[in-house]
Amino acid sequence: MSLSNDQVGHIARLARIALSDTELEATRAKLDGIFGLIEQMQAVDTTGVEPMSHPQEFPTRLRPDVVTETDRRDAFQKVAPQTEAGLYLVPKVIE
Amino acid sequence: MINASLPELRRALDARQISAVELAGLFLDRIDALNPALNAFITVDREGALAAARAADARIAAGSAGPLTGIPLAHKDVFCTEGVLTTCGSKMLANFVSPYDAHVVSLLEAAGAVSLGKANMDEFAMGSSNESSYFGAVKNPWNLGRIPGGSSGGSAAAVAARLAPIATGTDTGGSVRQPAAYCGITGIKPTYGLVSRYGMIAYASSLDQGGAFGASAEDCALLLGAMTGFDARDSTSLERPTEDYAAALAGPACARPLEGLRIGLPREFFAEGMSDDVRAAVEAAVEQYRALGATTVEVSLPNAKLAIPAYYVIAPAECSSNLSRFDGVRYGHRAADYGDLADMYAKSRAEGFGAEVKRRILVGTYVLSHGYYDAYYLQAQRLRRLIAQDFQAALQHCDLIAGPTTPTTAWTLGEKADDPVQMYLSDIYTIAVNLAGLPGLSHPVGFGADGLPVGLQLIGDYFAESRLLHAAHRFQHATDWHARRPACAA
Repeated sequence: MSLSNDQVGHIARLARIALSDTELEATRAKLDGIFGLIEQMQAVDTTGVEPMSHPQEFPTRLRPDVVTETDRRDAFQKVAPQTEAGLYLVPKVIE
Repeated sequence: MINASLPELRRALDARQISAVELAGLFLDRIDALNPALNAFITVDREGALAAARAADARIAAGSAGPLTGIPLAHKDVFCTEGVLTTCGSKMLANFVSPYDAHVVSLLEAAGAVSLGKANMDEFAMGSSNESSYFGAVKNPWNLGRIPGGSSGGSAAAVAARLAPIATGTDTGGSVRQPAAYCGITGIKPTYGLVSRYGMIAYASSLDQGGAFGASAEDCALLLGAMTGFDARDSTSLERPTEDYAAALAGPACARPLEGLRIGLPREFFAEGMSDDVRAAVEAAVEQYRALGATTVEVSLPNAKLAIPAYYVIAPAECSSNLSRFDGVRYGHRAADYGDLADMYAKSRAEGFGAEVKRRILVGTYVLSHGYYDAYYLQAQRLRRLIAQDFQAALQHCDLIAGPTTPTTAWTLGEKADDPVQMYLSDIYTIAVNLAGLPGLSHPVGFGADGLPVGLQLIGDYFAESRLLHAAHRFQHATDWHARRPACAA
């Protein structure tokens, strides 16, 4: 299988990773190699095999619906790139 | 003292032959002297280590020391440490001082262990050579021109060079066992769910598992015993009583302590792909196990070769989801110049992630995207089931499985850095174990033609940690491969 530059550009947009044109070409070549490896899977007939998503196949544990955490806003916002008055700052999304 | 086992260090500390502060100072001085060449540590926390050591000394004086009180260790930089830089080997987190501790970090701190600092690693634990670290490659202490393995390469190199007696690591596709093999030390990845993933920065959540490095199975048993235990903050943490792995090492003091142990040798692991020198060391080790009383039986893992392609769908799929949290808003790198919000995300992630991390995110995004999910992600999950079933079938005929940890010894720095597929193929023997969620251990069994260490991998059924550690411990009781040290620690 071979990916086109358009496909790689599309995946990169979905993944929110900016790629320059030169990076795109280099990335495409590497991804082709990786998908060449992955394609080996297609040779196996897995009809009737139940997919295994996780080593533990029991339902997720539930806990009582009670508050267990304390307010540590200041500590958590200390590691944020930009905050103001307890809020995270991002570029304006609504005019 | 630097080559003492944990029980020897325990005795020395309890007998006041050395204080915890002196012991920490000894290893911190070795880090100062040797780390510039090895690059095994990203952060050295001298102040924190000495404070922890003073507390350990007080505990020892009060007669309330546990097995690890005052024992220095290194944490892989994937574990969050409150107040200490936690980078995960990435530019994305190059300035991230964690506001909380990982569960493993809390447990070891409560045990009185003394953290010396944070060990280098492949970026976000994605790599097999430790060359993808934003903080530079780690060098193999046996040969500075070789890779130490990855992704826990800094942890393994630190223990091999005796910059720390023990270290934590994580293993998603072999990241504890493979660097343990390449650095000539012992490493164990336990059953999925035994070590809490809380505060362990996620790569592929259904595969990631914390593990332990030491010079011997005995040291690993003591560390692992302190790392395991139920944690309500990890939804996959298993609610089962903790085990005393060190106590399980005691065995019959006789010439054939492994009498009755059946070791399965997977036909596929011994068929091809292994270099001659690795084969010679592995076969000699199997012979040693027979001399200790074990019997061997050929078993088959027919789908083992599909583990790599299945893994490189499942792990990137999970990674693309996990790493979506790095958006330059709540923590991590934010680009300096950007337009709108989408541009800020795209540029922050482009700048913050390295090439291998980006590749895996892109592969994961693709295999999860509309129209490809069934052909890739579901097919990989079906293969995952077949691989897990193979192990269960093989374990009907044996108590544990043995084979090479890696196909070759450590390769030259840069050799596979530009060829991801060749890098991925080096994990052929370790990856299937993660897909199944089984425990695996690697211990040194000799040296290759180039003088670099060779590891033997032992794989057990779920919760067979004690059996793996016991077997390796009996092997190490009868041999001295685990006591060999590189020149810098001789």
